[in-house]
Amino acid sequence: MIKVKDLHKKFGDLHVLKGISAEIKQSEVVVILGVSGSGKSTFLRCINRLEEPTSGQIWFDNKLITDPEADINRIRQHVGMVFQQFNLFPHRTAIDNITLAPIKLKGVEPLIARKLAEELLQKVGLGDKADYYPSQLSGGQQQRVAIARALAMEPQVMLFDEPTSALDPEMISEVLNVMRDLAKEGMTMVVVTHEMGFAREVADRLILIDKGVIVEEGTPEDFFNNAQNERTKAFLGKIL
Amino acid sequence: MNVNLNLIITNLPFLIKGALTTIVITFFAFLLGLFLGLFVGIGRTSKIKLFRIPSSLYVQFIRGTPLLVQIFILYFGLPSAFNINLNSYVAGILALGINSGAYIAEIVRSGIQSIDRGQIEAARSLGMTHAKAMQYVILPQAFRRILPPLGNEIIILLKDSSLVSTIALPELLFNGKLVASRTYDYFSMYLGVAFVYLILTWAASQLVSYIERRFAIP
Repeated sequence: MIKVKDLHKKFGDLHVLKGISAEIKQSEVVVILGVSGSGKSTFLRCINRLEEPTSGQIWFDNKLITDPEADINRIRQHVGMVFQQFNLFPHRTAIDNITLAPIKLKGVEPLIARKLAEELLQKVGLGDKADYYPSQLSGGQQQRVAIARALAMEPQVMLFDEPTSALDPEMISEVLNVMRDLAKEGMTMVVVTHEMGFAREVADRLILIDKGVIVEEGTPEDFFNNAQNERTKAFLGKIL
Repeated sequence: MNVNLNLIITNLPFLIKGALTTIVITFFAFLLGLFLGLFVGIGRTSKIKLFRIPSSLYVQFIRGTPLLVQIFILYFGLPSAFNINLNSYVAGILALGINSGAYIAEIVRSGIQSIDRGQIEAARSLGMTHAKAMQYVILPQAFRRILPPLGNEIIILLKDSSLVSTIALPELLFNGKLVASRTYDYFSMYLGVAFVYLILTWAASQLVSYIERRFAIP
């Protein structure tokens, strides 16, 4: 579904991604690990071109999205994204956050969009919060609304950029549970996270990025129990 | 030094007539200023030089020259140079509006730039174009944030509109000046004029805080 070939990203003189190649298949859950500054978030943000890659190719659904001629706005409608800081629209209620893009971009009738949004809110366990503003919700609730907002566009893949890193510990599980359910339904997911429990349990495949390159790739089992690479061992030593 | 209250009260209807003119020219000048300020303010944040450079020049030129000079250029300068005769209302509203537009542009720009980057990223990640993200996500939030400085700008504009009394536009100060020079009681009349301005600016600030409450986000 997503294919990345020799992706490079430089910020000025800083060479953040140094040739990343990867493939993500339909219904696969891929967790990307790495220490701060390793380039894992930049990699994720290149997939929907929130960061412009310096060089390399990315295909989504066999379309070359790094082509300057590609209609990136249309492609992004099929690629949901969830951010570390939620980034809900503070001037709109939870339900209006969810219905905005379907109404304005896909031309869905407001009543139908609202019905869909109510179902999504039910799904993330917030059926009773439709008319709350983001500031009236806890961090965990906001992040679940943000997930519902992304799902409302009916994306083919969901990108998660450290979705629980800004949350208080007691709210992390409510967000991870929603993500776990999504994975069970067969959603294709690429998740940057520090939640090792989630990675071990939900991921089909783990990718460890260090200093802008992929140093290890494998099933959770291989990764946690039979790590070969020295850098993988060092990483596991730090976080476990 | 006595304040002749009677004189002020007798001439109050005349002052109020002037005040109505002040309100009308301030209103239209503010509309023009908002219109210009919105486009120029967005232009200042644009990546495209064709929008950004003229916008900066406009702000620099207007903000860097006195309003009174701008009024004189429009009212006295245009007729002698290009044979364009504007009546004092048109010249006054244009000068005030164009002037205020430069300040409003800076207010709009600061409002847009104060919105967290994550907002535009979230909007773009859903598939919105830059224009749609501005329309539905950035500007509605920026608008709420710039209400207090916009209120400030209305009050400044209301007071600055007194400068068009120099081109014989019969607004509040002009009418007060007429009475003052006829009766020689400058102190009483200008105090009366000041008092009416005070009421106008107070009303304007009430209106702005009503609008702020009306659009407040919980």
